Amino acid sequence: MAEITASDGDGVQIDLISGERMDSLASMEKIRLILDGVHEGNIVILEEGLSPDEESKLIEVTMGEINPDGFNGIEIETYPKSKTSDGGFLGRLMGKQETKKLTVIGPANQIETLHKDETLISALVSRQ
Amino acid sequence: MGLFTDIKDSISRAADRLFATDSQKRIGIYGPPNAGKTTLANRIARDWTGDAIGPESHVPHETRRARRKENVEIKRNGKSVSIDIVDTPGVTTKVDYNEFLDYDIEEEDAVRRSREATEGVAEAMHWLREDVDGVIYVLDSTDDPFTQVNTMLVGIIESQNLPVLIFANKIDLDEANVTRIENAFPQHETVELSALEGENMDEVYDKIAEYFG
Ligand SMILES: Nc1nc2c(ncn2[C@@H]2O[C@H](COP(=O)(O)OP(=O)(O)OP(=O)(O)O)[C@@H](O)[C@H]2O)c(=O)[nH]1
Ligand SMILES: [Mg+2]
Repeated sequence: MAEITASDGDGVQIDLISGERMDSLASMEKIRLILDGVHEGNIVILEEGLSPDEESKLIEVTMGEINPDGFNGIEIETYPKSKTSDGGFLGRLMGKQETKKLTVIGPANQIETLHKDETLISALVSRQ
Repeated sequence: MGLFTDIKDSISRAADRLFATDSQKRIGIYGPPNAGKTTLANRIARDWTGDAIGPESHVPHETRRARRKENVEIKRNGKSVSIDIVDTPGVTTKVDYNEFLDYDIEEEDAVRRSREATEGVAEAMHWLREDVDGVIYVLDSTDDPFTQVNTMLVGIIESQNLPVLIFANKIDLDEANVTRIENAFPQHETVELSALEGENMDEVYDKIAEYFG
């Protein structure tokens, strides 16, 4: 895992988390790792993303942590799953579900997606 | 009363449940805030049961608790399918109470609305993981369907192998673009409609009977 540990408020910290690091964590640990980073105002980039079930829990836990005079949620972007590589029902049965997708997560009040297509995510990040 | 009636009761309850899981599917109406989920749920409920499910509003996060309407019996081609309709709160990854101030809501009410909205989204996610047998995914055809929330939710639904229909709502509006929705989710069937005006409801009910009957 590469972690660029930043400074005292005059920059934006980016956490790049490897697939390997995430693989060693339980679902809730992954979600905590992400949200703890986001609460500190960091941009968290996951090399391999989350499973659909983890995404669902991420939304649920995020909702529980929103509060009116601070945190107002997350902005999250992934590359869309490639439709051709989707093995459909059989693929899922055989555990080939495509979850390896680069994912960018940040505090909703600090990150704004400017442009997104299948090959590029362009985001504007502002300081806290 | 006596032991005998107790046993009879519990047998008939067990039988109810048996038949219920056989025929009574719980269909969750999902989608982003303001897509027209409650308007659709109300139309379905009014058409087949006579009463409504909940309030509709142009202010996002009007629905902040999942609401279920049981035993909605839809008659199609001499057959009848019975489903439970669950109208759910619109799903999002962020809620800012300031957004509600733009709708002339007092600050205190806006703060409360945002807290209830976050609880509602969490509840909707929970229902999706545990308690629905099929999904109607409602989108506003005048909005861009390529959003992260839509991608994630449809992915979550697919990962659970739930039958899903995509409803392209608000086709009565000039800016409606159904093709854009079909292109966003080519792996699923898209049905266009206007829940508000009642346009194309015949096809809506045909598809519901076909997918969830
Ligand atoms: N023009 C048009 N407006 C619609 C249609 N369906 C719903 N609306 C309007 O869209 C707004 C939102 O409708 P709701 O049914 O409350 O939306 P919802 O998806 O339940 O929203 P939340 O509960 O906030 O998640 C209301 O002002 C409705 O009148 C439609 O088919 N056409
Ligand atoms: Mg609603």
